[in-house]
Amino acid sequence: MDRGVDWRRNKAGFLAVLAPPLGWLMLFFIVPMAVVWAYSFGTNEGIADIRISGTFANYARAIEPLYLGIMAKSLAFAALATLVCLIVGFPVALAISFAPANLKTWLLIGVMLPFWTNLLIRTYALIALMRDEGIINHALKFAFGWAGFEPLRMMNTNFAVLVGLVYVHLPFMVLPLYAALDRLDRSLLEASLDLGAGHIRTIFTIVIPLAAPGIASGLLLTFIPVLGSYLASDLLGGADSQMIANVIERQFKRANDWPFGAALAFMLMYLTFIGIALQSVTRRRRERE
Amino acid sequence: MAELEGAAIWQGLSQSRLSRRGLLSSLGVAAIGFTLQACGQGSGSKGDPAGDKINFYTWDTYIGATTLADFETANGIKVQTSYFATNDELFAKLKAGNPGYDVIVPSNEFVTRMRLAKMLEPLDMAKLPNIKNIAPEFMEADYDSPPPRHSVPYTWLVLGIGYRKSRVNGTPDSWKWLFDSDLYKGRIALTSEAADLIRLGAKFMGKSLNGVDPATAKAVEDMLIRQKPNIKAFHEDNGQDMLLAGDVDLVLETNGDIAQIAVEDPDIAFVVPKEGSLLNADTLCIPKGAPRPDQAHNFINFLLDATVGKHIIETILYPTPNAAAKLLMPESYRANPIIFPTGAGMDASEWGKFEGADKARAFEEAITRVRAA
Repeated sequence: MDRGVDWRRNKAGFLAVLAPPLGWLMLFFIVPMAVVWAYSFGTNEGIADIRISGTFANYARAIEPLYLGIMAKSLAFAALATLVCLIVGFPVALAISFAPANLKTWLLIGVMLPFWTNLLIRTYALIALMRDEGIINHALKFAFGWAGFEPLRMMNTNFAVLVGLVYVHLPFMVLPLYAALDRLDRSLLEASLDLGAGHIRTIFTIVIPLAAPGIASGLLLTFIPVLGSYLASDLLGGADSQMIANVIERQFKRANDWPFGAALAFMLMYLTFIGIALQSVTRRRRERE
Repeated sequence: MAELEGAAIWQGLSQSRLSRRGLLSSLGVAAIGFTLQACGQGSGSKGDPAGDKINFYTWDTYIGATTLADFETANGIKVQTSYFATNDELFAKLKAGNPGYDVIVPSNEFVTRMRLAKMLEPLDMAKLPNIKNIAPEFMEADYDSPPPRHSVPYTWLVLGIGYRKSRVNGTPDSWKWLFDSDLYKGRIALTSEAADLIRLGAKFMGKSLNGVDPATAKAVEDMLIRQKPNIKAFHEDNGQDMLLAGDVDLVLETNGDIAQIAVEDPDIAFVVPKEGSLLNADTLCIPKGAPRPDQAHNFINFLLDATVGKHIIETILYPTPNAAAKLLMPESYRANPIIFPTGAGMDASEWGKFEGADKARAFEEAITRVRAA
C-alpha cells in the first residue's frame, strides 16, 4: 500500500516540505524550551537577572517531600479526571462510530464545537452553573423548594475541579477513540454476536482490545493537558485544590523564582517523556508479536 | 516595503491567466510584508520618532470614563492603553526590557523592587507642578526613598474584611474571624497573595507586618493550616465578586474593590480589623527606556490635576491621595466609611515594605505548604 514518493530519491522536495514546519518547531518550541531548561540550572541574581550556573539546587528543592507530595496528588487527580473522561467518552465515541453516515458529521461537530469557545468562558459558564445561586441550584430550588431545600455546595470543591477538567478535555478523548473505533472491522463484531456472545461481552472482549491503541493515545492526549492545567483549580477549586501547575505558575509570577519554576516544570516534562517512551516501547513490542 | 508587495500583487493580478499558485504566492508575499511592517511599527521603543501617542500600561477599570479622551483633546496626543492584572505580570513583562511603555502603574512595594532592579526613570518634579495637589502624608514615601522620586501616588488602599451585614453577627472587627475561628465555616474567602497573608497573620498576633521573623511566619502558617477547613477558597483578586454573588459572607479584600460592589448591594460593608492592616498605594511611574518621557511627564501631570482626579474617582471610587481632587468630590464620597475607613484599625495599620527576594520566596513556600496541607 506504499504508494508514496521515496524521499531518498527526491531529497530536495523532501527538504522543501520539511523545512518550514521544522523551522517553526525549532524557533518557537525547541529554542524557548531550551532557554527554560537552561534557567532550571540557574540562580536568581539580584532582582531581575538569572545567572546560569549549572547548579542542581533547584532540582534538589523540587524533589523535596512538599513538592513531591503536590506532584503525586496532581498526578492522581489527573489520572482520575482522565479515567472519568474515558468512561464518559467511550460510549460517546462508540455511539458516533455506529451512527448513520450523515449524522456522524453533525455529532462530531457537536463534540468539537465547544473548542471554538474560549477556555476561560467555558470555565466561567461552569461557575454560573454550579455556584450556590447558580442554574442547577435554582432549578432544584424550583422543584424541591417547598420541601425545605439546602443549596448543593458544588463550587470551590475538588468535585467542581473534576467537572471542569472533564468538560474541557472530553473532546481530546472522544476524537482519538472515535478514530480507532471507526476503523474497526464490523464483520468481527457480527461474528462475535453470531457465535452467541452478548453485546456487553462483545464490547469488553472484542471492541476494547481492538481499539486499545486508540484508547492509549486518547489517554495520553488527555492526561498530559490535564496535568498541566491550572485554570480549573484556580477558578473552580477550594482551599485544598492546589495542583502542581498552580505552584509552577506562582513561581514564575509572585515568587519571581524562575529557576525553581523551570525545574518544577521540567520534572513534569521528564515524566511526560517517560510516559511517551513507555507507550512507544509497548507499541513496538506489540507490533513485533 | 509596501511598494514591493504592491507590485507583486499587481503583477499577479494582471496576468491573463490567474493561476492558483500565482494568487497564493502574491498573497503570501503580501502577508509577510504586512506582518513585517506591523512589527516595525509595534516595536517602536528605540529609534521610533516621537509620534503623537503614548503607551499607558495600567490596571483594568482604573481610569475615568473620559479621562483619556480629555487628554487627547487637550494635548492632541492619543493614549494607547494596555492592561495587566497583577504587579507580577507588570514586573515580568518589563523584566526583559521595556517593550515601549511610557507610563506604568505599579504598587508601592513594586516601586521599591523596580528601583532596585533599575527599571524606573527618576521623575523631573519641575515638569509635574500638579504634585502640590497630593496630601503631605502621601508625599513622604518610604517605598520610594532616597530621592529623587521615581513615582507619584495615584490611589491608596487598605486591606480589610468585606462582609455581608445580614449574615454576620455585628461587626467582625478582628482578624480572628478570618484566621482563627470556625464561626463562619465554609463562608470565608482569603486572598491568595502569600506575603499579604503572612504579614496580616503577624499583625493579628500583635507584631509589626514588616520584619516578620521565621518563627512568627511559622506560627501564622500553622494557624492557617488549622483554619483551612473553614476557608472556602483562596481568591485571585475576585473576592468581591464572590461576596456579591453570595458564595461567601466574609472576604479579605481591598476597600476600593468592596466600595465598588457596595454601590450595587447595600447589604455589603467593610471594616479594618482593630489589630491593624496593610496600607498600599498604586503609583504612576515612567519605566526606563520609555520612548516619550516628556509626554509621559505631561500625562502624569494631567492625571494629578484636581478636576481630572475628580473624574477618575467618580468612576473608580478608590481612596485618593489627591487632596485637591478629594475636596471637589461630594460629601457622600468623603464620608464613605468604606472608602475612607476610620477607627482603631486604621490607626494601627502600616505601610508594607519590600524586604528582599529571599523573604518573598520564604512566604511563598509557606503558603504553598498551607495549600498542600
